Amino acid sequence: MLSYIAKRLAIAVPTLLLLIIISFLLMHAAPGGPFTQERALPPQVLANLEAKYGLDQPLWRQMANYVWGIVAHFDFGPSFIYKDRTVNEIIAQGFPVTLTYGSLSFALAVLVGVSLGVAAAIRHNTWLDYLAVGVSIGAQVLPNFVMAPILVLVFTLWLRWLPGGGWEGGEWQYIIMPVVALSTSFMASIARITRSSMLEVLNSNHIRTARAKGLPERKVILRHALKPAMLPVISYLGPAFVTMITGSVVVDIYFSTGGIGKAFVDSALNRDYAVMMGVTILVGALTILFNLVVDILYAWIDPKIRY
Amino acid sequence: MVVDTIKMKSLSDRLAAEEVKGRSLWADARHRFLRNKAAVVGLVILFLIGLFAIFGNYVAAWSNEELDFSVMGQVADLGGPSLSNGHYFGTDDLGRDLFARTVQGTRISLMVGIVGSLIAVVVGTLYGATAGYVGGRVDNIMMRTVDILMSIPYMFVLILLLVMFGRSIAMLFIGIGLISWLDMSRIVRGQTLSLKHKEFIEAAQATGVPSFTIIWRHIVPNLLGVVAVYATLLVPLMILTESFISFLGLGVQEPLTSWGALISEGAGTINYGTLWQLAFPLFFFIITLFAFFFVGDGLRDALDPKDR
Amino acid sequence: MNKLLLTTALGLSLALPAFAAEVQPGDTLAENQEYTYRVLDAIKSMDPQINTDVDGAGIMRSLFEGLYNEDQVGGLVPGVATSHELSDDKTTYTFHLRDNAKWSNGDPVTANDFVYAWKRLADPATASEYAWYMELMQVVNASEVVAGEKPVDELGVKAVDDHTLEVKITAPLPFFPKMLTHASTFPVNQKVVEAHGDKWTDAGNLVGNGAYVLKEHILGEKVVMERNPMYWDDAKTIITKATALTINDENAALTRYLAGELDRTDVPAGQYPRLEAELPDEANSVPQSCSYIYMFNLDEAKGPEALKDVNVRKALSYAIDRDIIVNNVLQGGQAPSYNWTHASTDGFEMPEIDYASWSQADRLAKAKELLAEAGYGPDNPLDLTLNYNTSEAHKKIAIAVQQFWKGIGVNLTLNNMEWKVHTDKMQNQDFEIARYAWCGDYNEASTYLDLFTSYSGHNNGKFLSADYDKLLKDSKTAENPAPLYKEAEQILAAEMPFAPIYQYTEVEMIKPDMRGMSLNNLMQNWYVKDMYRVAN
Repeated sequence: MLSYIAKRLAIAVPTLLLLIIISFLLMHAAPGGPFTQERALPPQVLANLEAKYGLDQPLWRQMANYVWGIVAHFDFGPSFIYKDRTVNEIIAQGFPVTLTYGSLSFALAVLVGVSLGVAAAIRHNTWLDYLAVGVSIGAQVLPNFVMAPILVLVFTLWLRWLPGGGWEGGEWQYIIMPVVALSTSFMASIARITRSSMLEVLNSNHIRTARAKGLPERKVILRHALKPAMLPVISYLGPAFVTMITGSVVVDIYFSTGGIGKAFVDSALNRDYAVMMGVTILVGALTILFNLVVDILYAWIDPKIRY
Repeated sequence: MVVDTIKMKSLSDRLAAEEVKGRSLWADARHRFLRNKAAVVGLVILFLIGLFAIFGNYVAAWSNEELDFSVMGQVADLGGPSLSNGHYFGTDDLGRDLFARTVQGTRISLMVGIVGSLIAVVVGTLYGATAGYVGGRVDNIMMRTVDILMSIPYMFVLILLLVMFGRSIAMLFIGIGLISWLDMSRIVRGQTLSLKHKEFIEAAQATGVPSFTIIWRHIVPNLLGVVAVYATLLVPLMILTESFISFLGLGVQEPLTSWGALISEGAGTINYGTLWQLAFPLFFFIITLFAFFFVGDGLRDALDPKDR
Repeated sequence: MNKLLLTTALGLSLALPAFAAEVQPGDTLAENQEYTYRVLDAIKSMDPQINTDVDGAGIMRSLFEGLYNEDQVGGLVPGVATSHELSDDKTTYTFHLRDNAKWSNGDPVTANDFVYAWKRLADPATASEYAWYMELMQVVNASEVVAGEKPVDELGVKAVDDHTLEVKITAPLPFFPKMLTHASTFPVNQKVVEAHGDKWTDAGNLVGNGAYVLKEHILGEKVVMERNPMYWDDAKTIITKATALTINDENAALTRYLAGELDRTDVPAGQYPRLEAELPDEANSVPQSCSYIYMFNLDEAKGPEALKDVNVRKALSYAIDRDIIVNNVLQGGQAPSYNWTHASTDGFEMPEIDYASWSQADRLAKAKELLAEAGYGPDNPLDLTLNYNTSEAHKKIAIAVQQFWKGIGVNLTLNNMEWKVHTDKMQNQDFEIARYAWCGDYNEASTYLDLFTSYSGHNNGKFLSADYDKLLKDSKTAENPAPLYKEAEQILAAEMPFAPIYQYTEVEMIKPDMRGMSLNNLMQNWYVKDMYRVAN
């Protein structure tokens, strides 16, 4: 197990390096730079700026300096666009926000998705099953950029129950709509996974035995079936993280939550090289970490798996 | 990750377990598929959507780029769905015919979905089959590479690609296709690995059947089921991805459009009394995705008939 | 030194007492004096010398105060300076600063603070993207300092004593005082900047001399500002708290406005008539000093052959139905445009431009005729490409123009790209036709007209005309430049280096109880300290 973890961590290094190189090259190959603006800067001003941010150096040099800054000081450098902020500050401000509404929406999705999935499996091939499957696909295919305006229209403009955006340090009334809008994309997958894994488990010998012993159905499901059926849901944590980051782009744009998704899109469009790299590396590193945690959890819960 | 890994695993186990006697498996599957109402309805819907995309233009009274100056500027009042002025689905904010635009958006979205998933399937199958069949260190390196690539936040890279190369349909195809071949290659590799050691393959090898024939006659038919199911389930994912890209404003160029672009335009103006601008494209979008899911699920259940 | 001479505009406004929020007779103040408004994007910097964008400048005007402010209609009123004198050769300005101006930490605001800020703006070490503004102001040695050829100390600005600031400029510049309301000329507190380095603009560190202090700045979410009790005119300031909320999506912003979360927001293209009908007290459309054009690339090497023919350029311009664009696409009270300078610009007289008075049918007929003359027509269609950057309104206009031009046999390919790419391509003459808009830096026609001189850094279409250059050069020293500006505009109409499309209006929703919003200020330079809410 330990050697497995070590091996996985060893892969992480070239992965991140590759990620840095790809995004660095793509970014610099794109037309326009961080200081391109409607009023072209006089050459000497541009030169001053480039000197200040080290853009006058050869590309490999910039990349090396950048990587060294991260390794040696955990410093992702200053933002090129938000000039009174460093990348570390931007991430420190935005990431907790994304993580808050992201994990809450994942929790909500698990709650609803697992219930739907279990209900569908137990009442297999009944109207309940069809309804659950229908609802989960429906949630999947309704894009969250459609969900968001509908929510705002109903709960902000018509009912006046919730504020239409902002974060205010994460007060509950500001969290609800982002969480709901984001959770639909997880919920559907979780419901579908739960359903089929539950069906699988319910047909297994182990459950047949439990039933044969005369245990009440409720007990069979809660005690014996639910735990093994949850395994695949755990493995969904990794992809869920990626979905969360992607979805946060929409949430941040629509609800002005100030999370990391908007920061990334803005940095790509503004050519804020430093922020873009910082966020990409962060997300890449966390994806690797989540996948690893999932594998470890899996092995821990299901002793049959050996690495 | 809409593609349900448990079912996929079960399917590939089954398809690897016995030699596919070409006809019988597919004949059985077709039989079972046709008994699955949801799947059949899905197939019919897809067929109708296909007709809509191909022949919709002949029905449209307007082209997808003409501005209707009599409606322009008063879209909320005059631009609603109407048979009399030929705007069956109403018009967009500029007075362009939404019916024609939906037809055209359907074409682009279906094309992105199908081509994207084809790219994923072709690359994934080739890659996975090679890794699985060659085995050993090559396999090890190839699959480690997949592990590495899997940790890259693709949506980010896709955004960078579109920002860098400018937006074009080709870029969308490549970008979206490249996102999803990794899973495919893993499934195919596993499948190939288990097939390699099956008796019927070894028997064929022993009797001196050339390896090309082995691959063609024995491995490909066994891969086909998995690949077909996977590809069908991938199409809606590609369409969803495209819609997200369109929402960010990085989709296809005007006057071309796509479902994603139409929906995101419609969703923005949801409160301005022009609800048809959201409703029609969204309707087509949703029923198509539903249909693809049902057909994909039906196909899988037909090929892997366990009770579920 | 001529002790008496002030610019006339200044002289007039100085005669009035400089109230902050001038409560009109009959208005009763409301209990709640908080003000919340929308900004499009995260504020990039709180540093006056670093800030580059319009929303940022709005915040700067609350947190800092320059030599002069603008009143409700754009006239100059005293800020930190109470008056100035101009030398006989019109190149030395002496400003007298008020002695009761204070920083929010209690330090007095002195002439040295301005000297420090201005040098800081020009200093290559600051690497300000607005360093060129010092050059535009023609401050002595500005160009050399920015280029690093002369030490910063040689910049032509000095503190005669704590309350007297002397500025030397290279040539007479009649609108120089008007340029001083720009945020990049605002003073900063040297002690604070040096103590905190790059962090001096954080809430808590930031020390300003404006009517408000920074309470909170959460990137991408909001900026919160509260009253500065040290401000010299605080007694007359009314709004207690101003909040700028970042809301990217204009439709989302409008919904939140309608739900009562905002006091001011922008109206999305096409929504003004409906809102005007439903909420006539709240929907506003007022002229704004920006001009929207399609620029043709006339570059010798990179411009397309067809556009080098003036007939083609004229035909393209004539064929655009500007009335449809403003009345049916934008629908926000914008004015159709046949020239370059915004019509409401101070002192600008609109010249006779032939095609402005024709009917659209005449223009279309003429366009077809000119195009045929140039050798294009149904049998030999002209293919062109238009670049525009991502925005709902730009897209709509581009689609409409594509259809107009189709009518005269021109196939226009639309090429939407994001902002940085669009700008980069324009600056490298890597385009055929490009959407472009220019907003005046100050309220005078030269801010527009200078752009098409051969020596301008923004003449991306490479329009070259010796006559035009001469007119603009002469206008700098002319007693009355207006006739020269007229002539310049006529050259533009005759040569058509771009197709004018429309002139901006600021289209906004403002809560009906807000007052003092500077709506008639063409530059849209409003000051929160001038606003107040009335009780219903």
